[in-house]
Amino acid sequence: MKVALIGNPNTGKTSLFNQLTGLNQKVGNYPGITVSKKTGSCKLSATESATIIDLPGTYSITPSSLDEAIVLDTLVDTKNKAYPDVIVVVSEVENLKRNLYLFSQVKDLEIPTILAINMADQLENKGISIDVAMLEKELNTKIVLISAKKNQGIDELKKTMLDYQNISTKPLEEISKRMDTDFFEKLKNENPKIALYTLWLLISQEFLPEKTKNEYQSLIDSYKSEKAKIKKLQQKETIYRYQFINDILKKTYVVDKSKASGIQAKLDRILTHKIFGYVIFFLILALIFQSIFSWSSIPMDFIDAQTTNLADFITSKLPAGAFTDLITQGVIPGIGGIVIFIPQIVILFLFVSLLEETGYMSRVVFLMDKIMRKFGMSGKSVVPLISGTACAIPAIMAARNINGWKERLITILVTPFTTCSARLPVYTIIIALIIPETEILGIFNLQGFVLLGMYLLGFLMAIVSAYILHKIMKVKAKNFFIIEMPTYKLPLLKNIGITVIEKTKAFVWGAGKIILAISIVLWFLASNGGEKFKNAEQIVKDKYANTHVSEEQLQNDISSYQLEHSYIGQMGKAIEPVIRPLGYDWKIGIALISSFAAREVFVGTLATIYSIGNDTDDETTIKERMNAEINPDTGKKRFDFPTGMSLLVFYAFAMQCMGTLAIVKKETNSWKWPLVQLFGMGAIAYVSSFLVYTFLS
Amino acid sequence: MTIEQLHIGEKGIIKDFLFSEVPLSLLEMGCLPGKVVEMIQVAPLKDPIYIRVNGSDIAIRTETAKQIEITKL
Repeated sequence: MKVALIGNPNTGKTSLFNQLTGLNQKVGNYPGITVSKKTGSCKLSATESATIIDLPGTYSITPSSLDEAIVLDTLVDTKNKAYPDVIVVVSEVENLKRNLYLFSQVKDLEIPTILAINMADQLENKGISIDVAMLEKELNTKIVLISAKKNQGIDELKKTMLDYQNISTKPLEEISKRMDTDFFEKLKNENPKIALYTLWLLISQEFLPEKTKNEYQSLIDSYKSEKAKIKKLQQKETIYRYQFINDILKKTYVVDKSKASGIQAKLDRILTHKIFGYVIFFLILALIFQSIFSWSSIPMDFIDAQTTNLADFITSKLPAGAFTDLITQGVIPGIGGIVIFIPQIVILFLFVSLLEETGYMSRVVFLMDKIMRKFGMSGKSVVPLISGTACAIPAIMAARNINGWKERLITILVTPFTTCSARLPVYTIIIALIIPETEILGIFNLQGFVLLGMYLLGFLMAIVSAYILHKIMKVKAKNFFIIEMPTYKLPLLKNIGITVIEKTKAFVWGAGKIILAISIVLWFLASNGGEKFKNAEQIVKDKYANTHVSEEQLQNDISSYQLEHSYIGQMGKAIEPVIRPLGYDWKIGIALISSFAAREVFVGTLATIYSIGNDTDDETTIKERMNAEINPDTGKKRFDFPTGMSLLVFYAFAMQCMGTLAIVKKETNSWKWPLVQLFGMGAIAYVSSFLVYTFLS
Repeated sequence: MTIEQLHIGEKGIIKDFLFSEVPLSLLEMGCLPGKVVEMIQVAPLKDPIYIRVNGSDIAIRTETAKQIEITKL
């Protein structure tokens, strides 16, 4: 059997889902839209098990966007694979009134519906008493009091689900009768086989799934002319539903006001305070950044070392040849390049989900909304922009819950400017080359100061470009902002754990595939070439015919010569005229192209080009070698101050990440926006680097 | 007067909506004519505002609040 869970956000619906299914859950995507689809299996009794469908949290089943239409689609289309045998409406003790609004809509669909009231363990605490028997009678349903957190009432809920055939499917008819008896009777008589409320939803909704729309086209068309009347009736419906609920709650729900703790109000006074509110928020931000950078360096170094070890191990075990090279130089570094980001992503989402679970994130949205709006974004854009400092890919996925299309799009477009962790190795090595290691004012390290400057530069560029986009983009779409300020809650570790696993999985499967594919393509381009590539060994040996060199030096020189004459080397040479004005040569060109897999590949590629072998761990070696590289045109150092600065600016602004482009394509459902990013950010990077280089040299 | 003119802690009763088309999601959150609305907090820069209405704690932007007429209590 199939059970659908539906409920308002912040009612603990996800906790219940986790409690019922444990780790037996699957997260998928609905085709074409960005809401994720969560299903899981649950044993209801010794013989029966159920598929549980966790529908996205919502306040109403009437959708205000195509993404939200998924709830309606599941509950209205009887042929839908997820069409449930029984629905559980998850509500909670404090916001019962608003929760019952959704319940009343669901109940009218004439599917067996159970009302689960969560957080029942806190009834006494909050001075709330509910007359469950009376409420069951009034709503004509089965009610189960549960506490998903304390695992109370779950068995009873399972029993009730098994017994679903005994739950009345009679709608709360009164509402339609009170609204407009004639209108609704006519509608019902024309289509006696379909639930009245379903009919009403079909004719009144703007956002219907394409399939449903086609199926009921004639019905929908026949009511097109009554649009104005339907709009009025919709408002009436909401008012009547609330009246109906208020009448029932008066008889069944009592709150003893003297028991209210007032903690919520006190916390709100501090956390949303004009000054302390921001101070606390920035302290939390500082903590997040600190942990992303310091805590994650240990596992990241470990992963880095293990990837190299694994590649070495396989090289020593497998016979030499193209296949071994593919594994050790294409596949393993590719996978390593994905896995290396996991620690930072885990830490980031640990914080983000902690802040969301406690209810604090809504306060941040509240504090930041007006400021962000000046730049065409929303208070909800804060999460993506923070997440972008780890990796733009999960950050862009986090933009899903921004309601306005324009606000969401601007957030997606500017997020890649924030300094992601892949830029860090590039910045570190260039800064080490061009900025002296001096102290300023006795405390600040100048190199560290420049690095901080790079972060600010990225953030500033994000804000400036958002402002420009805000001014030029003309989107007339109605955008209505309303957020719930949930009560503060102690976070549930299980929920946080599951969220972190889910997000990390989404990153590994989503972006991982692309990074891996690009790594393999780049490996192919770097390990194949024309005549000179094939004869590299002979050519280099001939060159050294009369001089003595160590075997290691010889091998490194061969690798370097091969890379120069490989396909990617030819590509680097081909783009040299274009990048010369920025102070780069074809060698840097190769590194720029390789960066499309992930920016940090820059360092490894340069190491190969400068023939220091594969031992890229040795930062001093590569630094010394880069420092010794001479620009034949000027006779000065290749990585001098102007070129270094130009490179820093280029890496700060250019869109060099295939993974991000693919995610933007998926999230915006069009190639237009990733191309705008690729060329827009590319142009900004090119012009800025050109100006920096010209001005400094 | 309209909602955003309330000071923190003050209450009013919703009288009427001035929107040309009332956003359904506002109604669905319980913000309905005849209901008591209390100002809980105003964000810096006076926008958005944090209100309690019909048992729900919600934040709305000032541009929306300006469309909701109230009688002060």
